[in-house]
Amino acid sequence: MDNKTKYIFDDPKNVKRVMYFLYASCALLFALDFVIHRHVYHSWENLWGFHAIYGFVGCVVLVVVAKWMRGFLMRPEDYYDDEWKTDEDEKNTSKAGVLNVDD
Amino acid sequence: MWMTELPPFVLFFIGALIAAVTSGRLRGVVMLAIPIVSAVNLWMMPEGIHLQFSFMDYQLSPYKIDKLSLMFAYVFHIAAVIAITYSLHVKDTVQQVAGMLYAGSALGAVFAGDLLTLFVFWELLALTSVFLILARRTPRAYVVGMRYLIIQIFSGVLLLVGVLFYAAEKGTLDFQYIGLEGVYGWLIFFAIGIKCAFPLLHSWLTDAYPEATPTGTVFLSAFTTKVAVYALARAYPGTEMLIYIGAAMACLPIFWAVIENDLRRVLAYSLMNQVGFMVVGIGIGTALAINGAVAHAFNDVIFKGLLFMSMGSVLHMTGRINGSDLGGLYKTMPKTTILCIVGAASISAFPLFSGFVSKSMVMAAALENGYDWIWLMLLFASAGVFHHAGIKIPYFAFFAHDSGLRASDPPTNMLVAMFIAAGLCIGIGVYPAALYSLLPYDTGYNPYDATHVLAQTQLLFFSALAFVWLNLRGLYPPELKSTHLDFDWTYRRFFPLILRRLFATIWKIDGQIRRSFISKLDSGLHYLAQRNAGASSLLSRDHPAGSMVIWVTVLLAIYLLLSFIR
Repeated sequence: MDNKTKYIFDDPKNVKRVMYFLYASCALLFALDFVIHRHVYHSWENLWGFHAIYGFVGCVVLVVVAKWMRGFLMRPEDYYDDEWKTDEDEKNTSKAGVLNVDD
Repeated sequence: MWMTELPPFVLFFIGALIAAVTSGRLRGVVMLAIPIVSAVNLWMMPEGIHLQFSFMDYQLSPYKIDKLSLMFAYVFHIAAVIAITYSLHVKDTVQQVAGMLYAGSALGAVFAGDLLTLFVFWELLALTSVFLILARRTPRAYVVGMRYLIIQIFSGVLLLVGVLFYAAEKGTLDFQYIGLEGVYGWLIFFAIGIKCAFPLLHSWLTDAYPEATPTGTVFLSAFTTKVAVYALARAYPGTEMLIYIGAAMACLPIFWAVIENDLRRVLAYSLMNQVGFMVVGIGIGTALAINGAVAHAFNDVIFKGLLFMSMGSVLHMTGRINGSDLGGLYKTMPKTTILCIVGAASISAFPLFSGFVSKSMVMAAALENGYDWIWLMLLFASAGVFHHAGIKIPYFAFFAHDSGLRASDPPTNMLVAMFIAAGLCIGIGVYPAALYSLLPYDTGYNPYDATHVLAQTQLLFFSALAFVWLNLRGLYPPELKSTHLDFDWTYRRFFPLILRRLFATIWKIDGQIRRSFISKLDSGLHYLAQRNAGASSLLSRDHPAGSMVIWVTVLLAIYLLLSFIR
């Protein structure tokens, strides 16, 4: 285990470069919308940057909703472990009431 | 050239038999040769029915070739070659034999010309694949495997009952368009729906696939769900309900995928999401839509296989698969990283990668047929799949924070398998005409027009931008050691709990009834005892001397009487 070797993304500059590349690509793609003549299949696509905005907003909504879902869906890692742990394991962990719905 | 009329599954089953008794290099050579010989042979087989016989007044045709089944058979052969290459290093005979039998069963199912043959292979798929999960040999895998088997066998039972109804009504067992008519239509629909992982019938998939061995999951991801997609495409094309089921299937799993920690479980969710696109295509049912569904199934087998292989490599080399334990692996696993990114780009449908040329057909068909909202949902699902499978998988495994793990790239055979898959992903993306020529219909579709390329690239780049922005703002949900509840909670926790409470109540009431009965009985006996406890009464212990004398006299009198009788 040689942790001293420097790898490409250990240098924050390189991370920055990737990000700038992404920003520039996004700007370019958005600009292309005005240049390239598109034949649209759907009236919503007439909106400039429809796909760009939809992609961005869609992903933000996705993540925000998923994060909110964690509030009621998340359980400890060992939540289902009693399905296969033997009684002896059970005693060792000395965890009472593992079978409750809401623990 | 030598040809065999034997159905491909026979070759695979013979291969499994040989794999069971050989080992080492010889086994590897035989196992690789079987799918290659079988594929070459299949390439030269003409369409039509190649095997037919009568069984109890019904015509069975276990080997029927047409364009639809050929397409799936080709990709199953490719998947078999890739998965076998990937698992060449595995010494566990159980896994090797199970893998061969499983691939053979899938081929048997797609060439089944009648429903009874389909049922047989339907159950064989379940029986053979479960060993790929059990082979992990942990108590947890055992429980999961049994649960998987029960659900899969249940799907088979539904299918069988449906088939019996069908045979009774139609007088034939031919596997053709069925549609949602009568009891049989619904029964078969649900049977396929379980294997296809429709929403709410899906949790066996996300439960079981991540628990299989690193190599086993690669087999699993290729066959079961795609056989179900094939069966849907044959029996239920143009069923409108499938459009809505498919759209839900494409959208719902991505929410779970975003918060799930086990990266192979994330891929299982994205498998559902991709199958959703296929189901929508089948539901629309036009030539373009069916083509799209079939082409997407073909591509999905390869790129999903590639992603499962890359995560399998990570698990194989580091022993970990949770996003919270991984990170920074690009440093010492550069080849795996690049191969994973190719798979990620393919599933995200970047132009020049395979997903792009097939997914777009389904989306175009949705718009053409006026399903605007479905199209919007699919567009959201496309952005979402890039978000969780395209970015999250490579990012948390290979980049993100440095976990300190310094595992090297996996053994050569695993890398070769991934190279083959990655080559196919790019090859199909760059030259889609080869794939299109195999499709059931000729639609003259061209994915590479400026509008479409630009729209898709915008969608993806701005999704990436959203990921970066959320990450920089600290809004992105971190990978946490956790379990996230899904529908399987209902039968793993809720129903058992309800039943436990129900039985507890029943036992309580039962106990009360018994107790009160016993106490009634008790007091009744007590009363009787009291009544008869007086001196010389029935239950008394002590008797006065007078009554003793009387009884002795009675006894003597009886003796006297008896002596007279003699």
